[in-house]
Amino acid sequence: MTLNLDPNIGSPDDFYQELIDLHRELTDEQSAMVNAKLILLLANHIGDLGVLRAAMAAAREDVVATPTSTSLAEPR
Amino acid sequence: MKTYTQPVYPYTKPAELGGSPRHWPVIVAGAGPVGLTAAIDLALRGIDVLVLDEDDTVSVGSRAICWSKRTLEILDRLGCGDRLVQKGVSWNVGRVFFRDEQVYQFDLLPEPKHHRPAFINLQQYYVEQFLVERANELAGAELRWRHKVVGVTPQTNRVAVRISTPDGEYTVQADWLIVADGARSPIRGMLGLESEGQAFRDRFLIVDIHMSSTFPAERRFWFDPPFHRNQSALLHRQADDVWRVDFQLGWDADPEEEKKPERILPRLRAMLGEDAQFEIEWASVYTFQCRRMHSFRRGRALFVGDAAHLVSPFGARGANSGIQDVDNLGWKLELVLSGQAPEGLLDSYDSERVPAADENIRNSTRSTDFITPKSKVSRTFRDAVLMLAKRHAFGRRLVNSGRLSVPAMLTDSPLNTPDAEPFAGRMAPGSPAVDAPVTGDRGEWLLDYLCDGFTLLLFNTAPLSDALLRELKALASDAIACNSVLVSATDDPLPAGAHRIADPTGMLAERYDARPGTAYLFRPDQHVCARWRAFDLAKVRAGIAKATGQAPVAERQVA
Repeated sequence: MTLNLDPNIGSPDDFYQELIDLHRELTDEQSAMVNAKLILLLANHIGDLGVLRAAMAAAREDVVATPTSTSLAEPR
Repeated sequence: MKTYTQPVYPYTKPAELGGSPRHWPVIVAGAGPVGLTAAIDLALRGIDVLVLDEDDTVSVGSRAICWSKRTLEILDRLGCGDRLVQKGVSWNVGRVFFRDEQVYQFDLLPEPKHHRPAFINLQQYYVEQFLVERANELAGAELRWRHKVVGVTPQTNRVAVRISTPDGEYTVQADWLIVADGARSPIRGMLGLESEGQAFRDRFLIVDIHMSSTFPAERRFWFDPPFHRNQSALLHRQADDVWRVDFQLGWDADPEEEKKPERILPRLRAMLGEDAQFEIEWASVYTFQCRRMHSFRRGRALFVGDAAHLVSPFGARGANSGIQDVDNLGWKLELVLSGQAPEGLLDSYDSERVPAADENIRNSTRSTDFITPKSKVSRTFRDAVLMLAKRHAFGRRLVNSGRLSVPAMLTDSPLNTPDAEPFAGRMAPGSPAVDAPVTGDRGEWLLDYLCDGFTLLLFNTAPLSDALLRELKALASDAIACNSVLVSATDDPLPAGAHRIADPTGMLAERYDARPGTAYLFRPDQHVCARWRAFDLAKVRAGIAKATGQAPVAERQVA
């Protein structure tokens, strides 16, 4: 399996709104906790470590100045 | 301490002072659990071994307390497993709490019918005492107390050891030196060697208390409990109603202050209740490190236990892995000393135990990252896992309060003969033998029959043909002898040294994926090194040659 980077969510605007609504009235700390739980729930649903690694590498892209995405995709 | 009186072992002026020094096949530096186990193993193999220790007693404080199933099996082979199990507290179940609720419970030995439990808890001083007493029963082992190694000089094919005693210094020579002198290993320093890795920025308070309690014998681990906010705590039951409590303190804690009873007592009362009756036996504040030496062999010096590798305490992978080190080393030393195997066999000690140490370091480092998160986001993920674990099974798999010691699989060892036929299950070459209930003349467990050097386990060979009988006899009289254990229901005569066992529950055949004719070859340390679907004398001999570091031998004639 490879990480699907093509549009895959049926109603993207609905999803995005619900994601933002999920955090309504939460403190930054609570939001961080909800995000962490969400990542863990989705990661377990995906299951495939190769896909998870590719997603983690893609998430880090453009965030840090030096590109490290290649090395992150390597098995560690 | 109220519950234990430290023995004092007598110092005797060594005969070498003023006399002529004796040459030893093996010297063991350090009479901790690992050094003592090495000495017992070698003495049982008929090798004279000198053990040197700068002190004259056992460990002060309980220190290592969790002894794994594999450790007990090794000590069974050395004749002291029963004593540990009788004195120790057996346990299989662990519970993990987050804040004020249990989130997870695990059973380390969910499968029935194993001789030994997943763990016993027993204070290190008892283990050392029992091992000293066992070593003293053996003519080949000589223990010298208040003997401090002050110099080690490698020489051609031997090593000279300079020893300081209350009566002066002397030098002895040995073919091999086993370095079991602990985490700080002075000898490692004397040889200019290092153990490399990382230290963790956290401190833990460890307290032994004497307390009558009805708490069950389980491992209990708390993340962020109400009685010790934002930190972790661990509770273990030991022998004599002594309980081990660990409190995570954080890096900023002052180790000297935290050791004081007036600091400890409020922590214990918060945990155990205001009415709990207990007395403090021993307390210590520790930090920990994960590191190992680049190589565990340097010429004639062989490093074992904490001297060779160091892990955090979460997972009980310290002393247990050291005992596996010497289990791996003893039989190899015997074969090299007797000239039956080349010296290069000892390089396999390094190539088998270094990956084992790395596995322990990896597991212990991961546990440490979970228990003591290093950043805010790491802490958030940790707490998220614990919250999810309460509700969902997948979360429990991510909780890491210590991945408890399991024996290393020597899967990539150069001593293994790879499978040529398909096998299911977990007993691949490199695996330590999994126990199973059997009946026979030597005991009720398979491991009772795997204690005499190389052993061939043959399934359902009945009836024994004359040819097979002759070939088994030939194996038993080879230079590196291999005795047979036959799983069969017939009563035809067996060659000398062979044993017949039965498998009434079928568990032996199941655990080894055995069919009629299946043959397993075990090393003297009870690890599978080869297996076949049918017995073939030449293949067994080739398997033994491979497992003893020899070039493949030409097929020999059966006598």
